[in-house]
Amino acid sequence: MTWSLDDFVVRALIAGIGVALVAGPLGCFIIWRRMAFFGATMSHAALLGVSLAFLLNINVTLGIIGACTVTALILLSLMRLRVLPSDTLLGLLAHASLALGLVAISFQDTLRIDLLSLLFGDILSVSRGDLGWILGGGAVALAALALIWRPLLSATVHEELAQVEGVRVRLVQAAFVLVMAVVVAIAMKIVGLLLIISLLLIPPAVARRFATTPEVMAFVAALVGVLSVIGGIEASLVWDTPAGPSIVTAATVLFVISLPLSSAIWHALFRKPKKAHHHDH
Amino acid sequence: MNITPAQPTTHDTLIDARGLIKHYGGHTVIDSVDLTLRRGELTTLIGPNGSGKTTLVRLLLGLERPNAGTVTAPPDLRIGYVPQRIHVDESMPITVRRFLALGGARASGIKTALDEVGAQHVLNAPLQTISGGEMRRVLLARALLRDPDLLVLDEPTAGVDLNGQSELYDLINAVRRQKNCAVLLISHDLHIVMAATDHVVCLNHHVCCSGAPDAVSAHPEYLALFGPKAAHTHAVYTHDHDHAHTVAGDVVPLADDAS
Repeated sequence: MTWSLDDFVVRALIAGIGVALVAGPLGCFIIWRRMAFFGATMSHAALLGVSLAFLLNINVTLGIIGACTVTALILLSLMRLRVLPSDTLLGLLAHASLALGLVAISFQDTLRIDLLSLLFGDILSVSRGDLGWILGGGAVALAALALIWRPLLSATVHEELAQVEGVRVRLVQAAFVLVMAVVVAIAMKIVGLLLIISLLLIPPAVARRFATTPEVMAFVAALVGVLSVIGGIEASLVWDTPAGPSIVTAATVLFVISLPLSSAIWHALFRKPKKAHHHDH
Repeated sequence: MNITPAQPTTHDTLIDARGLIKHYGGHTVIDSVDLTLRRGELTTLIGPNGSGKTTLVRLLLGLERPNAGTVTAPPDLRIGYVPQRIHVDESMPITVRRFLALGGARASGIKTALDEVGAQHVLNAPLQTISGGEMRRVLLARALLRDPDLLVLDEPTAGVDLNGQSELYDLINAVRRQKNCAVLLISHDLHIVMAATDHVVCLNHHVCCSGAPDAVSAHPEYLALFGPKAAHTHAVYTHDHDHAHTVAGDVVPLADDAS
């Protein structure tokens, strides 16, 4: 096998790894801030972004980033008003934007959108152009995350303490949401909008056990994401399974292996029986 | 135009709040409150639960905007804030050392600050594993590490045992004298707090009464607010500050034991 960008597998691997590298660190914050449902809502809004992009004839990635950002900012301001509980707001906006996206798609004369690939991803059809967007967007998102890392960490530990200490919490929060929108947009092609949140949540969940600092957790999460992408794409080629779901399944397998229960079972099954050894003498 | 001579530094005004009003859902939580915090002064804010203490502090800290009134503070005012509660999600791997560094402290200062508050043993412990009392000390250390002009403490002794409480109050008092900073303390355990206080503000949505501790504890509005028993159990403690264990009404000072 030669490593060339003409090979769809190579393009898929590069795209997947590019997304995993930023999804891991970003996902850590989503877990620490308990924003899993928030992320899911943003990924639902991505469909609305796709259909609007087709209707307005603009770039799809930009459409997704726009729709996700607007949805997230509406969410943040509604949450601050405290009119409704936040899980109600999240559920409402997630499904409202999904429905709106589906309705907007139906307005097109000819159906040019492959709905299945939007929902579950189409990593094996990543083009050179897609690759540019994914790597460029991923690099920008990772750089932005590194830039706001410290104030965001401080605001995550205690928002008011950070604010009193001079952190511009709302600005940092808005930047964080924008990074999330970019990552959702570039991950859409990889695993589809229904599975994006798993790519953000599972690698950090695996990493938590092995981490003593926030930075180690982010690094391990990126690594776990990369392993999941490689494993998932390999599996999909060998067993002819859909690539996006295979990547998420690979991540899930890593998660199960990382559970304390798994290591306990491992030890119980394969540990050498030391006491029997003593009795022999 | 009148030119007034500069005030001595011990009476620098750090925060000046005028006519603060804050509504929540049709209720007036803070009603025309004036408050001035000066360098070197220890102000205690007291009031029953739900009297608006925490809201007032949030307004003073700029965490919330008042519906009316102004809060004036110098732009470079350094505030050390000890919040009432802190919850860090289990999913975040973070040690006490790192938590203190997040406030902007240099590594060398962290150990000293933890030593000062008597919590050096938790330096490398995960933040989620330390006790409530240890957490109060760690939070105080983080506030002190900022070398604050103003120290704001929201119920600083919640979850700390009696001995620890007196230690903490002695420490706060020592810091105030040493660094000549202003201290704003929110509390309801009056019998411990008042001893070292310069200025007491009794809040029940509006300022019921304020002034020196003796004056406040004799004030009819204070007695009405805290009930007739307050005259006894919440009497102002005017003990000598030299010994360490004369903190609560029911603890006999060591010096008296010896005599």
